[in-house]
Amino acid sequence: MILTIETLAFSLVTGIFVGISAGYLGSLMVLEKMALVGDALSHVALPGLAIGLSLHLSYPFLGAFVFLFAAAVIIWHLGRVTRLSFESIVGAVFTLALAIGILIIPEAELLEALFGDITRVTLLDAVIAAVISVVAVSLTKIIYKKLVLGMISEELAISKGINIARTNLLYLLLVSVIVAIGIKIVGTLLVGFLVIVPAAAAKNLSSDLFRYSILSAVFGAISSFSGVLLSSYLGLPSGPLVVISGITVFAATVLARWKAK
Amino acid sequence: MENSNDHALIVSNLSVKLQNQMILDNISFELKKGTALAIVGPNGAGKTVLFKALLNLLPHEGRIEWQPKVKIGYVPQNISVSDIPISVKEFLSFRNGLDVEAHLSPVKLNDKDVLNKNLGVLSGGQLRRVLIAWALVDNPNVLLFDEPTTGVDLDSEEPIYRMLNELKMKEKITILLITHDIHIVREYSDYLLALNKCVTFFGESKEIMNSSVQKIIYGETVCAGTQP
Repeated sequence: MILTIETLAFSLVTGIFVGISAGYLGSLMVLEKMALVGDALSHVALPGLAIGLSLHLSYPFLGAFVFLFAAAVIIWHLGRVTRLSFESIVGAVFTLALAIGILIIPEAELLEALFGDITRVTLLDAVIAAVISVVAVSLTKIIYKKLVLGMISEELAISKGINIARTNLLYLLLVSVIVAIGIKIVGTLLVGFLVIVPAAAAKNLSSDLFRYSILSAVFGAISSFSGVLLSSYLGLPSGPLVVISGITVFAATVLARWKAK
Repeated sequence: MENSNDHALIVSNLSVKLQNQMILDNISFELKKGTALAIVGPNGAGKTVLFKALLNLLPHEGRIEWQPKVKIGYVPQNISVSDIPISVKEFLSFRNGLDVEAHLSPVKLNDKDVLNKNLGVLSGGQLRRVLIAWALVDNPNVLLFDEPTTGVDLDSEEPIYRMLNELKMKEKITILLITHDIHIVREYSDYLLALNKCVTFFGESKEIMNSSVQKIIYGETVCAGTQP
């Protein structure tokens, strides 16, 4: 794998921003016991990405954005109108999307789509990742307390005038956006990891929300930064190495928690 | 009907239907300002649903008239905090511009260390007091408590009710509380509303010691009139 210094720098910047935002947004996903939703959304991106590639879009990730948005709205809507659990709806949607995606994506692009490829990260990718991450984290910060209050007691939240359905929809859309930009680095199969594991690691070391949300973002950034760096050094796909870095962090937090007891 | 200025709440012909099932049927009662109403009834009688309707959290028929400029503080029966890393201070600061410490003394949580504790590790009594502190933040004139001592050990129950009683006396707050405890009804409430989808009894709380009233409340459902 040939990687210029510029491409590595763009990948690292993209990785850091994706890691921070995925970790921060994922902290809510883990509390909501919706970790599977983050994972599933990432798979939903695959058919969108495939269509983007087939149509030779200059930015095929737009296809992923559209599919993720649509999936988020469908999951949110079905969750409201049916009595099915989120997990059941998500399970159905994501396996269908993965199946369609694998059938229609060009074979040459499949590995990159599934596991990420940092050799093709451009300056534009890095700028888009930075801008979207800042916007997504800022918006999530505004609704963070509302979402947590809704988890503690839906009635308390509603009685305080919080529109839980609308807040959840905004949150799901923000997660979709972050998952879409994360695909470039980690791939559709593994990007869900960045939403789940950094937050799970942070939970091991936190007794208050502030620390928990900050640590989630920091662990997300560490995972993707070190994964990208290892990928450039070893010449292996970045996605699996991001996962391995993140799992190392998670294992360290488990150990720290166990020692603290 | 008396001058409605005296009343904190007037409920007329309130009905709630959920999934084609009648949960509350034609409920009517009135409550004067600064009094405490205990709501009793078997499981599934519609007590919590009544609260949700009063808070406008559920679609309903009939009329619910709160006093003008009503501010309601609400303490739900259950909250899920065991899995959420959130400190007491953070929870209370969810309310805007709150001087967190100032709101702990009315609920007699004087140990400042409690602020930094995780909400999930509090004892049942401490958690209830934190929830009551949360409900009191806006200086409400009405408080709704859905079984205020759920998860609280017997020794801690009485102090919580005494505290509620003090709030009622000092701040002239109207209190509606759901309970199963006859002793609590007699000692800490002025009026009693017995529900079993409809009103089976509404009157002064001291009536609960009357065996014929107990028969009405705990016996077969017979919907009653609503005037004390």
